[in-house]
Amino acid sequence: MDAIPDWFQRLYESTGFNFSVFYDPYDWNRYVDGVKMTLILSVSTILLSLILGAAGALIQSSPSRLLRGSVNAFVVVFRNTPPLVQLFFFYFGLATMLPATESATGMREPLLNNVAWAIISLSLFAAAFNVEIFRSGIEAVPKTTVEAAESLGYTRFKAYCHIVLPLAIRVCLPALNNNLVNLLKTTTLAYAIAVPETLYALKQIWSESQNVMEMMILLLATYGILVGLLVWLMHRWERAMHIRGYNR
Amino acid sequence: MTTPSSPQDCLPVLLPFRLCRRETHRRLGAGFGALLCVSLILLVSAASAQSGRVVAPPLQVIVKWAPLLLTGFAFNILISALAMLLGTIAGLALGIGLLSDLLPIRQISRALTQIFRNAPWLVLLFFVMFLVPFQVTIFNVHIPFPDWVKATVGFALPVMANFAEVVRGAVKSVPSTQWEAAEALAFTPRQTMWRIILPQCIKRMLPPWMNIYSLVAMSTVLASIVGVSEMLTLTAQVHAAEGGRPELFAPLYGFALLCFFLYCYPINLWTAHLERRFQTR
Repeated sequence: MDAIPDWFQRLYESTGFNFSVFYDPYDWNRYVDGVKMTLILSVSTILLSLILGAAGALIQSSPSRLLRGSVNAFVVVFRNTPPLVQLFFFYFGLATMLPATESATGMREPLLNNVAWAIISLSLFAAAFNVEIFRSGIEAVPKTTVEAAESLGYTRFKAYCHIVLPLAIRVCLPALNNNLVNLLKTTTLAYAIAVPETLYALKQIWSESQNVMEMMILLLATYGILVGLLVWLMHRWERAMHIRGYNR
Repeated sequence: MTTPSSPQDCLPVLLPFRLCRRETHRRLGAGFGALLCVSLILLVSAASAQSGRVVAPPLQVIVKWAPLLLTGFAFNILISALAMLLGTIAGLALGIGLLSDLLPIRQISRALTQIFRNAPWLVLLFFVMFLVPFQVTIFNVHIPFPDWVKATVGFALPVMANFAEVVRGAVKSVPSTQWEAAEALAFTPRQTMWRIILPQCIKRMLPPWMNIYSLVAMSTVLASIVGVSEMLTLTAQVHAAEGGRPELFAPLYGFALLCFFLYCYPINLWTAHLERRFQTR
Protein backbone atom coordinates (compact mmCIF):
# COMPACT_ATOMS: atom_id res chain seq x y z
CA MET A 1 0.00 0.00 0.00
CA ASP A 2 2.80 2.37 0.91
CA ALA A 3 4.91 1.27 -2.02
CA ILE A 4 4.30 4.39 -4.12
CA PRO A 5 4.91 6.98 -1.35
CA ASP A 6 7.98 5.04 -0.23
CA TRP A 7 9.34 4.89 -3.75
CA PHE A 8 8.96 8.64 -4.25
CA GLN A 9 10.43 9.33 -0.82
CA ARG A 10 13.44 7.23 -1.73
CA LEU A 11 13.64 8.94 -5.13
CA TYR A 12 13.82 12.29 -3.33
CA GLU A 13 16.48 11.10 -0.90
CA SER A 14 18.65 9.45 -3.53
CA THR A 15 18.29 11.79 -6.53
CA GLY A 16 16.76 15.01 -5.23
CA PHE A 17 13.66 14.80 -7.43
CA ASN A 18 11.04 16.01 -5.00
CA PHE A 19 7.62 14.82 -6.13
CA SER A 20 6.14 15.83 -2.79
CA VAL A 21 2.53 15.26 -3.87
CA PHE A 22 3.11 11.52 -4.05
CA TYR A 23 4.37 10.99 -0.50
CA ASP A 24 3.06 13.97 1.45
CA PRO A 25 -0.67 13.42 2.13
CA TYR A 26 -1.28 17.15 2.65
CA ASP A 27 0.14 18.04 -0.77
CA TRP A 28 -1.61 15.05 -2.30
CA ASN A 29 -4.97 16.29 -1.02
CA ARG A 30 -4.35 19.76 -2.40
CA TYR A 31 -3.39 18.32 -5.78
CA VAL A 32 -6.45 16.06 -5.90
CA ASP A 33 -8.71 18.96 -4.92
CA GLY A 34 -7.12 21.03 -7.68
CA VAL A 35 -7.73 18.33 -10.28
CA LYS A 36 -11.31 18.00 -9.01
CA MET A 37 -11.82 21.74 -9.41
CA THR A 38 -10.39 21.60 -12.95
CA LEU A 39 -12.82 18.77 -13.72
CA ILE A 40 -15.76 20.70 -12.25
CA LEU A 41 -14.78 23.78 -14.24
CA SER A 42 -14.28 21.94 -17.51
CA VAL A 43 -17.38 19.73 -17.32
CA SER A 44 -19.67 22.62 -16.38
CA THR A 45 -18.20 25.02 -18.94
CA ILE A 46 -18.35 22.37 -21.68
CA LEU A 47 -22.01 21.61 -20.97
CA LEU A 48 -23.00 25.26 -20.55
CA SER A 49 -21.13 26.36 -23.67
CA LEU A 50 -22.74 23.58 -25.72
CA ILE A 51 -26.22 24.63 -24.57
CA LEU A 52 -25.49 28.31 -25.18
CA GLY A 53 -23.92 27.52 -28.55
CA ALA A 54 -26.93 25.48 -29.68
CA ALA A 55 -29.32 28.18 -28.46
CA GLY A 56 -27.27 30.88 -30.21
CA ALA A 57 -27.26 28.93 -33.47
CA LEU A 58 -31.06 28.57 -33.23
CA ILE A 59 -31.49 32.30 -32.65
CA GLN A 60 -29.14 33.04 -35.56
CA SER A 61 -31.67 31.51 -37.92
CA SER A 62 -34.63 33.30 -36.34
CA PRO A 63 -36.71 35.71 -38.42
CA SER A 64 -36.14 38.63 -36.04
CA ARG A 65 -33.30 40.88 -37.19
CA LEU A 66 -32.72 42.24 -33.70
CA LEU A 67 -32.17 38.76 -32.24
CA ARG A 68 -29.89 37.75 -35.11
CA GLY A 69 -27.90 40.95 -34.80
CA SER A 70 -27.43 40.57 -31.06
CA VAL A 71 -26.18 36.98 -31.39
CA ASN A 72 -23.79 38.09 -34.13
CA ALA A 73 -22.53 40.93 -31.97
CA PHE A 74 -22.03 38.53 -29.06
CA VAL A 75 -20.03 36.15 -31.27
CA VAL A 76 -17.88 38.89 -32.76
CA VAL A 77 -17.13 40.58 -29.44
CA PHE A 78 -16.31 37.40 -27.53
CA ARG A 79 -14.18 35.94 -30.30
CA ASN A 80 -12.02 39.01 -30.70
CA THR A 81 -11.19 39.91 -27.11
CA PRO A 82 -8.78 38.12 -24.77
CA PRO A 83 -10.54 35.62 -22.48
CA LEU A 84 -8.49 36.82 -19.52
CA VAL A 85 -9.73 40.39 -19.91
CA GLN A 86 -13.28 39.06 -20.27
CA LEU A 87 -12.81 37.15 -17.04
CA PHE A 88 -11.53 40.26 -15.24
CA PHE A 89 -14.32 42.36 -16.71
CA PHE A 90 -16.90 39.93 -15.36
CA TYR A 91 -15.29 39.15 -12.04
CA PHE A 92 -14.12 42.65 -11.07
CA GLY A 93 -16.33 44.85 -13.21
CA LEU A 94 -19.76 43.28 -13.17
CA ALA A 95 -19.54 41.43 -9.86
CA THR A 96 -18.99 44.66 -7.93
CA MET A 97 -22.11 46.15 -9.46
CA LEU A 98 -24.35 43.28 -8.50
CA PRO A 99 -26.08 43.47 -5.14
CA ALA A 100 -24.20 41.72 -2.35
CA THR A 101 -25.24 40.45 1.03
CA GLU A 102 -23.35 40.81 4.26
CA SER A 103 -22.12 37.80 6.14
CA ALA A 104 -22.40 37.37 9.89
CA THR A 105 -18.99 38.96 10.42
CA GLY A 106 -19.94 42.00 8.34
CA MET A 107 -17.85 41.01 5.34
CA ARG A 108 -19.17 41.72 1.87
CA GLU A 109 -20.51 38.50 0.41
CA PRO A 110 -20.98 38.70 -3.33
CA LEU A 111 -23.91 37.08 -5.06
CA LEU A 112 -21.69 34.81 -7.13
CA ASN A 113 -18.25 33.61 -6.05
CA ASN A 114 -15.14 33.40 -8.20
CA VAL A 115 -15.83 29.81 -9.31
CA ALA A 116 -19.27 30.81 -10.60
CA TRP A 117 -17.84 33.79 -12.45
CA ALA A 118 -15.09 31.67 -13.98
CA ILE A 119 -17.71 29.19 -15.21
CA ILE A 120 -19.92 31.96 -16.63
CA SER A 121 -17.12 33.84 -18.32
CA LEU A 122 -15.37 30.80 -19.82
CA SER A 123 -18.69 29.36 -21.00
CA LEU A 124 -19.58 32.57 -22.80
CA PHE A 125 -16.14 32.65 -24.41
CA ALA A 126 -16.42 29.07 -25.67
CA ALA A 127 -20.08 29.52 -26.61
CA ALA A 128 -19.12 32.28 -29.06
CA PHE A 129 -17.00 29.74 -30.92
CA ASN A 130 -19.63 27.01 -30.57
CA VAL A 131 -22.30 29.20 -32.17
CA GLU A 132 -20.15 29.53 -35.29
CA ILE A 133 -19.38 25.81 -35.32
CA PHE A 134 -23.04 24.81 -34.93
CA ARG A 135 -24.07 27.33 -37.56
CA SER A 136 -21.67 25.84 -40.09
CA GLY A 137 -23.03 22.40 -39.17
CA ILE A 138 -26.60 23.60 -39.66
CA GLU A 139 -25.70 24.99 -43.07
CA ALA A 140 -24.70 21.46 -44.07
CA VAL A 141 -28.26 20.22 -43.44
CA PRO A 142 -30.13 20.41 -46.75
CA LYS A 143 -33.10 22.77 -46.98
CA THR A 144 -35.26 19.90 -48.23
CA THR A 145 -34.83 18.09 -44.91
CA VAL A 146 -36.15 21.11 -43.02
CA GLU A 147 -38.96 21.50 -45.50
CA ALA A 148 -39.87 17.84 -45.06
CA ALA A 149 -40.01 18.36 -41.31
CA GLU A 150 -42.21 21.42 -41.75
CA SER A 151 -44.58 19.50 -44.00
CA LEU A 152 -44.87 16.87 -41.27
CA GLY A 153 -46.10 19.59 -38.95
CA TYR A 154 -42.96 20.24 -36.90
CA THR A 155 -42.68 23.69 -35.43
CA ARG A 156 -39.41 25.54 -36.06
CA PHE A 157 -38.16 24.78 -32.55
CA LYS A 158 -39.14 21.11 -32.66
CA ALA A 159 -37.61 20.67 -36.10
CA TYR A 160 -34.41 22.26 -34.80
CA CYS A 161 -34.24 19.99 -31.74
CA HIS A 162 -35.22 16.74 -33.39
CA ILE A 163 -33.95 17.02 -36.95
CA VAL A 164 -31.53 19.85 -37.68
CA LEU A 165 -29.37 19.80 -34.56
CA PRO A 166 -28.80 16.00 -34.42
CA LEU A 167 -27.64 16.09 -38.03
CA ALA A 168 -25.60 19.26 -37.56
CA ILE A 169 -23.79 17.91 -34.49
CA ARG A 170 -22.63 14.87 -36.44
CA VAL A 171 -21.14 17.07 -39.14
CA CYS A 172 -19.41 19.56 -36.91
CA LEU A 173 -18.03 17.16 -34.28
CA PRO A 174 -14.37 17.45 -35.38
CA ALA A 175 -14.46 21.24 -35.14
CA LEU A 176 -16.35 21.02 -31.85
CA ASN A 177 -13.75 18.59 -30.57
CA ASN A 178 -11.04 21.17 -31.24
CA ASN A 179 -12.91 23.92 -29.47
CA LEU A 180 -13.69 21.84 -26.40
CA VAL A 181 -10.03 20.83 -26.05
CA ASN A 182 -9.21 24.50 -26.26
CA LEU A 183 -11.79 25.24 -23.57
CA LEU A 184 -10.27 22.64 -21.26
CA LYS A 185 -6.92 24.36 -21.68
CA THR A 186 -8.47 27.78 -21.12
CA THR A 187 -9.78 26.75 -17.67
CA THR A 188 -6.24 27.47 -16.39
CA LEU A 189 -7.15 31.16 -16.67
CA ALA A 190 -9.35 30.75 -13.60
CA TYR A 191 -6.03 30.76 -11.73
CA ALA A 192 -5.98 34.55 -12.22
CA ILE A 193 -9.05 35.03 -10.02
CA ALA A 194 -7.82 32.56 -7.39
CA VAL A 195 -10.00 29.59 -8.28
CA PRO A 196 -8.13 26.68 -6.66
CA GLU A 197 -7.70 24.55 -9.79
CA THR A 198 -4.73 22.36 -10.73
CA LEU A 199 -2.34 25.16 -11.67
CA TYR A 200 -3.22 27.10 -8.52
CA ALA A 201 -2.77 24.07 -6.27
CA LEU A 202 0.56 23.11 -7.81
CA LYS A 203 1.78 26.70 -7.65
CA GLN A 204 1.08 26.66 -3.91
CA ILE A 205 2.91 23.37 -3.54
CA TRP A 206 5.96 24.49 -5.49
CA SER A 207 6.13 27.75 -3.58
CA GLU A 208 6.28 25.83 -0.33
CA SER A 209 8.42 22.83 -1.26
CA GLN A 210 10.74 24.56 -3.75
CA ASN A 211 10.22 21.84 -6.35
CA VAL A 212 9.23 23.92 -9.38
CA MET A 213 10.70 21.59 -11.99
CA GLU A 214 9.01 18.44 -10.69
CA MET A 215 5.63 20.10 -10.22
CA MET A 216 5.84 21.63 -13.74
CA ILE A 217 6.37 18.16 -15.18
CA LEU A 218 3.42 16.89 -13.15
CA LEU A 219 1.34 19.85 -14.37
CA LEU A 220 2.11 19.13 -18.02
CA ALA A 221 1.43 15.43 -17.48
CA THR A 222 -1.89 16.19 -15.76
CA TYR A 223 -3.11 18.38 -18.60
CA GLY A 224 -1.79 15.88 -21.14
CA ILE A 225 -3.88 13.15 -19.51
CA LEU A 226 -6.97 15.34 -19.18
CA VAL A 227 -6.79 16.44 -22.82
CA GLY A 228 -6.17 12.86 -23.90
CA LEU A 229 -9.22 11.74 -21.92
CA LEU A 230 -11.42 14.39 -23.51
CA VAL A 231 -10.19 13.55 -27.02
CA TRP A 232 -10.80 9.85 -26.38
CA LEU A 233 -14.35 10.54 -25.14
CA MET A 234 -15.09 12.80 -28.11
CA HIS A 235 -13.81 10.16 -30.55
CA ARG A 236 -16.03 7.55 -28.93
CA TRP A 237 -18.97 9.92 -29.22
CA GLU A 238 -18.07 10.59 -32.84
CA ARG A 239 -18.06 6.87 -33.58
CA ALA A 240 -21.35 6.32 -31.76
CA MET A 241 -22.97 9.13 -33.75
CA HIS A 242 -21.56 8.04 -37.09
CA ILE A 243 -24.09 8.01 -39.93
CA ARG A 244 -23.67 4.96 -42.10
CA GLY A 245 -23.15 5.73 -45.72
CA TYR A 246 -22.09 9.30 -45.07
CA ASN A 247 -18.41 10.10 -45.11
CA ARG A 248 -17.02 6.61 -45.77
CA MET B 1 -46.88 5.86 -38.57
CA THR B 2 -43.43 4.48 -38.91
CA THR B 3 -40.78 6.65 -37.42
CA PRO B 4 -37.38 6.84 -39.09
CA SER B 5 -35.66 5.67 -35.96
CA SER B 6 -32.21 4.25 -36.52
CA PRO B 7 -29.72 6.01 -38.77
CA GLN B 8 -29.26 2.83 -40.80
CA ASP B 9 -32.82 2.97 -42.13
CA CYS B 10 -32.58 6.32 -43.82
CA LEU B 11 -29.49 7.86 -45.35
CA PRO B 12 -29.79 11.60 -45.05
CA VAL B 13 -27.60 13.25 -47.62
CA LEU B 14 -25.62 16.07 -46.05
CA LEU B 15 -23.91 18.97 -47.69
CA PRO B 16 -20.14 19.36 -47.22
CA PHE B 17 -19.06 20.94 -43.93
CA ARG B 18 -17.45 24.33 -44.35
CA LEU B 19 -16.22 26.37 -41.44
CA CYS B 20 -16.02 29.79 -43.06
CA ARG B 21 -17.67 32.79 -41.60
CA ARG B 22 -18.57 34.83 -44.62
CA GLU B 23 -22.22 35.36 -43.68
CA THR B 24 -21.63 36.75 -40.21
CA HIS B 25 -19.11 39.22 -41.43
CA ARG B 26 -21.21 40.44 -44.28
CA ARG B 27 -24.08 41.06 -41.93
CA LEU B 28 -22.03 42.80 -39.28
CA GLY B 29 -19.55 45.51 -40.21
CA ALA B 30 -16.51 46.47 -38.19
CA GLY B 31 -18.10 49.77 -37.32
CA PHE B 32 -21.03 48.07 -35.66
CA GLY B 33 -18.78 46.06 -33.36
CA ALA B 34 -16.79 49.13 -32.37
CA LEU B 35 -20.00 51.02 -31.73
CA LEU B 36 -21.17 48.18 -29.52
CA CYS B 37 -18.01 48.24 -27.42
CA VAL B 38 -18.10 52.02 -27.03
CA SER B 39 -21.74 51.96 -26.06
CA LEU B 40 -21.00 49.20 -23.53
CA ILE B 41 -18.38 51.38 -21.88
CA LEU B 42 -20.62 54.44 -21.95
CA LEU B 43 -23.46 52.44 -20.46
CA VAL B 44 -21.28 51.15 -17.66
CA SER B 45 -19.85 54.62 -17.02
CA ALA B 46 -23.33 56.11 -16.94
CA ALA B 47 -24.53 53.43 -14.55
CA SER B 48 -21.67 54.02 -12.16
CA ALA B 49 -21.82 57.82 -12.50
CA GLN B 50 -25.22 57.72 -10.87
CA SER B 51 -23.67 56.74 -7.56
CA GLY B 52 -23.22 60.53 -7.19
CA ARG B 53 -20.04 61.32 -5.31
CA VAL B 54 -17.68 64.15 -6.13
CA VAL B 55 -15.12 62.04 -7.95
CA ALA B 56 -13.89 61.98 -11.52
CA PRO B 57 -16.37 60.15 -13.75
CA PRO B 58 -15.03 56.92 -15.28
CA LEU B 59 -14.77 58.32 -18.78
CA GLN B 60 -12.57 61.15 -17.56
CA VAL B 61 -10.35 58.68 -15.74
CA ILE B 62 -9.91 56.66 -18.91
CA VAL B 63 -9.07 59.72 -20.99
CA LYS B 64 -6.58 60.80 -18.35
CA TRP B 65 -4.76 57.50 -18.28
CA ALA B 66 -5.21 56.51 -21.92
CA PRO B 67 -1.62 57.41 -22.97
CA LEU B 68 -0.17 55.10 -20.31
CA LEU B 69 -2.63 52.31 -21.06
CA LEU B 70 -2.02 52.59 -24.78
CA THR B 71 1.74 52.38 -24.19
CA GLY B 72 1.04 49.14 -22.37
CA PHE B 73 -1.04 47.98 -25.31
CA ALA B 74 1.80 48.80 -27.70
CA PHE B 75 4.05 46.68 -25.50
CA ASN B 76 1.55 43.84 -25.85
CA ILE B 77 1.70 44.16 -29.60
CA LEU B 78 5.51 44.20 -29.52
CA ILE B 79 5.55 40.99 -27.48
CA SER B 80 3.06 39.35 -29.83
CA ALA B 81 5.03 40.39 -32.93
CA LEU B 82 8.32 39.09 -31.53
CA ALA B 83 6.71 35.86 -30.34
CA MET B 84 5.18 35.41 -33.78
CA LEU B 85 8.53 35.98 -35.47
CA LEU B 86 10.34 33.49 -33.25
CA GLY B 87 7.50 30.99 -33.40
CA THR B 88 7.23 31.18 -37.17
CA ILE B 89 10.92 30.51 -37.73
CA ALA B 90 10.97 27.65 -35.22
CA GLY B 91 7.64 26.35 -36.50
CA LEU B 92 8.88 26.27 -40.07
CA ALA B 93 11.85 24.17 -38.98
CA LEU B 94 9.61 21.90 -36.89
CA GLY B 95 7.08 21.61 -39.71
CA ILE B 96 9.76 20.53 -42.16
CA GLY B 97 10.95 18.11 -39.48
CA LEU B 98 7.42 16.65 -39.41
CA LEU B 99 7.76 15.92 -43.13
CA SER B 100 11.29 14.52 -42.94
CA ASP B 101 12.16 11.24 -44.59
CA LEU B 102 14.11 10.16 -41.53
CA LEU B 103 11.95 8.40 -38.97
CA PRO B 104 13.72 9.64 -35.80
CA ILE B 105 13.50 13.30 -36.86
CA ARG B 106 9.84 12.82 -37.73
CA GLN B 107 9.11 11.21 -34.37
CA ILE B 108 10.94 13.84 -32.35
CA SER B 109 9.19 16.65 -34.24
CA ARG B 110 5.86 14.94 -33.74
CA ALA B 111 6.41 14.56 -30.00
CA LEU B 112 7.44 18.22 -29.65
CA THR B 113 4.44 19.40 -31.66
CA GLN B 114 2.02 17.33 -29.60
CA ILE B 115 3.46 18.46 -26.27
CA PHE B 116 3.41 22.16 -27.09
CA ARG B 117 0.06 22.04 -28.83
CA ASN B 118 -1.73 20.22 -26.02
CA ALA B 119 -0.37 22.13 -23.04
CA PRO B 120 -2.31 25.21 -21.93
CA TRP B 121 -0.65 28.48 -22.92
CA LEU B 122 -0.53 29.66 -19.32
CA VAL B 123 1.24 26.47 -18.22
CA LEU B 124 3.86 26.90 -20.96
CA LEU B 125 4.31 30.50 -19.88
CA PHE B 126 4.91 29.41 -16.29
CA PHE B 127 7.29 26.78 -17.59
CA VAL B 128 9.48 29.29 -19.37
CA MET B 129 9.21 31.96 -16.67
CA PHE B 130 10.35 29.65 -13.89
CA LEU B 131 12.78 27.35 -15.59
CA VAL B 132 14.76 29.76 -17.78
CA PRO B 133 17.43 31.62 -15.80
CA PHE B 134 17.26 35.42 -15.60
CA GLN B 135 20.67 35.71 -17.23
CA VAL B 136 23.15 33.48 -19.01
CA THR B 137 26.90 33.82 -18.79
CA ILE B 138 28.91 32.77 -21.83
CA PHE B 139 32.67 33.43 -21.65
CA ASN B 140 32.17 36.04 -18.92
CA VAL B 141 29.58 37.88 -21.03
CA HIS B 142 26.33 38.29 -19.15
CA ILE B 143 23.30 38.06 -21.37
CA PRO B 144 20.29 39.17 -19.34
CA PHE B 145 16.83 37.72 -19.91
CA PRO B 146 14.30 40.27 -18.64
CA ASP B 147 10.88 38.86 -17.80
CA TRP B 148 9.24 40.14 -20.97
CA VAL B 149 11.80 38.33 -23.14
CA LYS B 150 11.04 35.13 -21.29
CA ALA B 151 7.32 35.75 -21.75
CA THR B 152 7.93 36.21 -25.48
CA VAL B 153 9.68 32.85 -25.62
CA GLY B 154 6.80 31.38 -23.63
CA PHE B 155 4.34 32.56 -26.27
CA ALA B 156 6.61 31.50 -29.13
CA LEU B 157 6.49 27.83 -28.03
CA PRO B 158 2.77 27.22 -28.71
CA VAL B 159 3.04 29.34 -31.87
CA MET B 160 5.84 27.08 -33.03
CA ALA B 161 3.81 23.92 -32.52
CA ASN B 162 0.66 25.33 -34.11
CA PHE B 163 2.56 26.75 -37.07
CA ALA B 164 4.38 23.44 -37.58
CA GLU B 165 0.98 21.79 -38.09
CA VAL B 166 0.00 24.54 -40.51
CA VAL B 167 3.19 23.98 -42.50
CA ARG B 168 2.61 20.25 -42.58
CA GLY B 169 -0.98 20.66 -43.72
CA ALA B 170 -0.02 23.16 -46.42
CA VAL B 171 2.80 21.01 -47.78
CA LYS B 172 0.53 17.94 -47.81
CA SER B 173 -2.06 19.91 -49.75
CA VAL B 174 0.37 20.52 -52.65
CA PRO B 175 -0.45 17.93 -55.36
CA SER B 176 2.06 15.09 -55.42
CA THR B 177 2.57 15.67 -59.14
CA GLN B 178 4.54 18.79 -58.19
CA TRP B 179 7.04 16.61 -56.33
CA GLU B 180 7.27 14.21 -59.23
CA ALA B 181 7.71 17.02 -61.77
CA ALA B 182 10.49 18.53 -59.64
CA GLU B 183 12.17 15.16 -59.41
CA ALA B 184 11.89 14.71 -63.17
CA LEU B 185 13.63 18.08 -63.60
CA ALA B 186 16.50 16.81 -61.42
CA PHE B 187 15.87 19.05 -58.41
CA THR B 188 17.39 17.77 -55.19
CA PRO B 189 14.92 17.15 -52.32
CA ARG B 190 16.10 20.33 -50.60
CA GLN B 191 15.71 22.41 -53.73
CA THR B 192 12.27 20.92 -54.32
CA MET B 193 11.20 21.91 -50.83
CA TRP B 194 12.56 25.45 -50.83
CA ARG B 195 12.09 26.48 -54.46
CA ILE B 196 8.96 24.64 -55.51
CA ILE B 197 6.80 23.42 -52.64
CA LEU B 198 7.16 26.12 -49.97
CA PRO B 199 6.56 29.10 -52.30
CA GLN B 200 3.26 27.50 -53.28
CA CYS B 201 2.42 26.96 -49.63
CA ILE B 202 2.74 30.58 -48.56
CA LYS B 203 -0.64 31.43 -49.99
CA ARG B 204 -2.27 28.52 -48.20
CA MET B 205 -0.48 29.21 -44.93
CA LEU B 206 -1.31 32.91 -44.71
CA PRO B 207 -4.89 32.74 -43.36
CA PRO B 208 -4.14 30.18 -40.60
CA TRP B 209 -0.95 32.09 -39.79
CA MET B 210 -2.98 35.23 -39.25
CA ASN B 211 -5.43 33.28 -37.12
CA ILE B 212 -2.55 32.18 -34.91
CA TYR B 213 -1.33 35.76 -34.73
CA SER B 214 -4.66 37.04 -33.50
CA LEU B 215 -4.63 34.26 -30.87
CA VAL B 216 -1.15 35.31 -29.74
CA ALA B 217 -2.12 38.97 -29.60
CA MET B 218 -5.01 38.04 -27.32
CA SER B 219 -2.83 35.76 -25.20
CA THR B 220 -0.20 38.38 -24.41
CA VAL B 221 -2.36 39.58 -21.51
CA LEU B 222 -1.46 36.30 -19.78
CA ALA B 223 1.96 37.85 -19.19
CA SER B 224 0.37 40.06 -16.53
CA ILE B 225 -0.22 36.94 -14.41
CA VAL B 226 3.52 36.26 -14.30
CA GLY B 227 4.37 39.88 -13.58
CA VAL B 228 5.29 41.48 -16.90
CA SER B 229 4.04 45.07 -16.79
CA GLU B 230 1.87 45.10 -19.88
CA MET B 231 -1.58 46.55 -20.41
CA LEU B 232 -3.53 44.51 -17.89
CA THR B 233 -0.95 45.08 -15.15
CA LEU B 234 -1.04 48.81 -15.90
CA THR B 235 -4.84 48.73 -15.82
CA ALA B 236 -4.76 47.28 -12.32
CA GLN B 237 -2.20 49.90 -11.27
CA VAL B 238 -4.27 52.73 -12.73
CA HIS B 239 -7.23 51.41 -10.84
CA ALA B 240 -5.25 51.48 -7.62
CA ALA B 241 -3.93 54.98 -8.40
CA GLU B 242 -7.50 56.23 -8.78
CA GLY B 243 -8.30 55.14 -5.26
CA GLY B 244 -9.41 51.59 -6.00
CA ARG B 245 -13.05 52.53 -6.46
CA PRO B 246 -14.96 49.36 -7.36
CA GLU B 247 -17.13 51.13 -9.96
CA LEU B 248 -13.98 51.89 -11.98
CA PHE B 249 -13.25 48.23 -12.67
CA ALA B 250 -15.78 47.82 -15.45
CA PRO B 251 -14.83 50.92 -17.50
CA LEU B 252 -11.10 50.23 -17.18
CA TYR B 253 -11.33 46.58 -18.19
CA GLY B 254 -13.89 47.59 -20.80
CA PHE B 255 -11.27 49.91 -22.27
CA ALA B 256 -8.80 47.01 -22.45
CA LEU B 257 -11.47 44.89 -24.15
CA LEU B 258 -12.08 47.68 -26.65
CA CYS B 259 -8.37 48.04 -27.51
CA PHE B 260 -8.02 44.34 -28.19
CA PHE B 261 -11.26 44.21 -30.10
CA LEU B 262 -10.26 47.10 -32.36
CA TYR B 263 -6.92 45.41 -33.02
CA CYS B 264 -8.03 41.81 -33.51
CA TYR B 265 -11.33 42.26 -35.32
CA PRO B 266 -9.86 43.84 -38.48
CA ILE B 267 -7.25 41.05 -38.56
CA ASN B 268 -10.04 38.52 -38.32
CA LEU B 269 -12.04 40.20 -41.08
CA TRP B 270 -8.99 40.28 -43.31
CA THR B 271 -8.26 36.61 -42.60
CA ALA B 272 -11.80 35.67 -43.58
CA HIS B 273 -11.42 37.75 -46.73
CA LEU B 274 -8.16 36.01 -47.67
CA GLU B 275 -9.66 32.61 -46.91
CA ARG B 276 -12.47 33.33 -49.32
CA ARG B 277 -10.07 34.60 -51.99
CA PHE B 278 -7.70 31.64 -51.76
CA GLN B 279 -10.47 29.08 -51.55
CA THR B 280 -9.69 26.21 -53.89
CA ARG B 281 -12.54 24.24 -55.28
